Amino acid sequence: MTGKKTIDLKVNLGKLRLKNPVMTASGTFGYGEEYSEFIDINKLGAVVVKGLSLKPKQGNPPPRIVETPAGMLNAIGLQNIGIENFINKKLPFLKQFDTPVIVNFFGDSIAEYVKAAGILNSAKGIHALEMNISCPNKQAGWSIFGTDPKVTFKVVSQVRKATDLTLIVKLSPNVTDIGLMAKTAEDAGADAVSLINTLTGMAIDIKSRKPKLANITGGLSGPAVRPVAVRMVWECYKTVKIPVIGMGGILSAEDAIEFILAGASAVAVGTGNFINPRTTMDIMEGIECFMADNGIKSVKELTGAVQC
Amino acid sequence: MDRLLKASVIENRQLINNHYLLTLQPLKKIRKPGPGRFFMLTVDDGLDPLLKRPFSIHRWTGGNFQILYRVAGKGTHLLSKKKQGDTIEAIGPLGNGFNVGKTQNNIILVAGGIGIAPVFALAETISKRKPLLFYGTRTKKEALCIDNLKSLGIKPVMSTDDGTLGTKGNIINVMKKHLTRSTLSTDCVIYACGPGPMLRSLSEFTKKHGLKAYAALEQNMACGLGTCLGCVVNTVNGYKRVCKEGPVFPIDEIIW
Repeated sequence: MTGKKTIDLKVNLGKLRLKNPVMTASGTFGYGEEYSEFIDINKLGAVVVKGLSLKPKQGNPPPRIVETPAGMLNAIGLQNIGIENFINKKLPFLKQFDTPVIVNFFGDSIAEYVKAAGILNSAKGIHALEMNISCPNKQAGWSIFGTDPKVTFKVVSQVRKATDLTLIVKLSPNVTDIGLMAKTAEDAGADAVSLINTLTGMAIDIKSRKPKLANITGGLSGPAVRPVAVRMVWECYKTVKIPVIGMGGILSAEDAIEFILAGASAVAVGTGNFINPRTTMDIMEGIECFMADNGIKSVKELTGAVQC
Repeated sequence: MDRLLKASVIENRQLINNHYLLTLQPLKKIRKPGPGRFFMLTVDDGLDPLLKRPFSIHRWTGGNFQILYRVAGKGTHLLSKKKQGDTIEAIGPLGNGFNVGKTQNNIILVAGGIGIAPVFALAETISKRKPLLFYGTRTKKEALCIDNLKSLGIKPVMSTDDGTLGTKGNIINVMKKHLTRSTLSTDCVIYACGPGPMLRSLSEFTKKHGLKAYAALEQNMACGLGTCLGCVVNTVNGYKRVCKEGPVFPIDEIIW
């Protein structure tokens, strides 16, 4: 047995050092305030905030969410307060914690991505950027950022020039070859990739014959997507040298360890935060117990340790 | 102190057809919340359904709280199977409830169907001010809380869809006919909860007469805490979260 005191949970994402591998997934943790009542934000590996754009966005009309077996569909439509409001009103709250702040952001054009990255790069208290090129609820045409490797390369390499912060690219699972997308992000200068964003889905009310979401389609998350996400993390781990951040229906330490074995250096909890606001803390404690019980000294030993 | 807690099922009583009254004992001390606020409750420990469900607080008695609910889908069906001694995970109290100021004289309450759950909570809080309650249900059997209202000294003006109790038809029409110029004085305030069409028609009425009214809204929620942005409602000031800015809103703010 390894004593808990000797257990090393530290992981690296590029030059970013995390005290443990458990992060929050963008869009499920707001800007941290609501969750500080339930958990000690100091204990998190990192906070990833709700996706931001240059200007505030009002998002999609309701209904925006619908529950499906072991999952949920959402079509929030990237509602957010905008980068400026975030920096002025929300970032000061997050700065008081000893936990890296990772800002998720997106644009409607390459120029917007670059401009957003530039503004975020010069704000104090932001430790890394996560580029969202994979929201399934954006208008037609937008999806090329995350599904057409040529466009992905272009937008990531342009953003790379605009920031010296650790740059994470969040990948879409709605592609044929996820490994190729990860490789493209790596070649364009990304420091890490995170996956999966939600899978595009649809649910229909059979009485009214209408889609259950006003947006018609939405993004599927929760345990229903987990095996798909684990497989994609494994494929990316085999394809790229940069760290992979795994997410997709993680509710327990066992789920998190599965992702780490598949190749994730860190994991993010999304829908799990909605089910129980303490999920991240329980996972962290569970990983520590698993390591103690199995004589594992460093969590890094587990990354990619699946025996195929 | 955080609002995540466990609660023990004291009783889960079927009142009529698919209507149940759940009594829960929170396993940590909570101060009595105001009417119109809600709890997120776990209805099952499995993965389907996955999310907690929002329920308004119906009554608060001796540290226990009651949820009055109608079985409408899988989640409420599972909730109806809970037995005495079962433990339920809960988050709450959440949201902004009915905020009744001290200066208003005439208080009018309007409830449609299971909307009586939070409206009763409000009635109990302000019973001394002799509110006038309009209450519509589908049928006589589904008229709940009548005895409890009576003990508060409140005799509701009723309507039912099938005419088995009170006037046949919808409660807003009954209310329109019932209210006279004197009760429609400017210091009267209406508090309501019920189905969307009822609230919409109430909103048209209050707009026409320049009356103040507040409605408790219902919406699917994932977190109940304000982070998922899934429960928004369209208002004249943009989308607002039912869980955080609501569930009680000024009725004229809502775009129906």
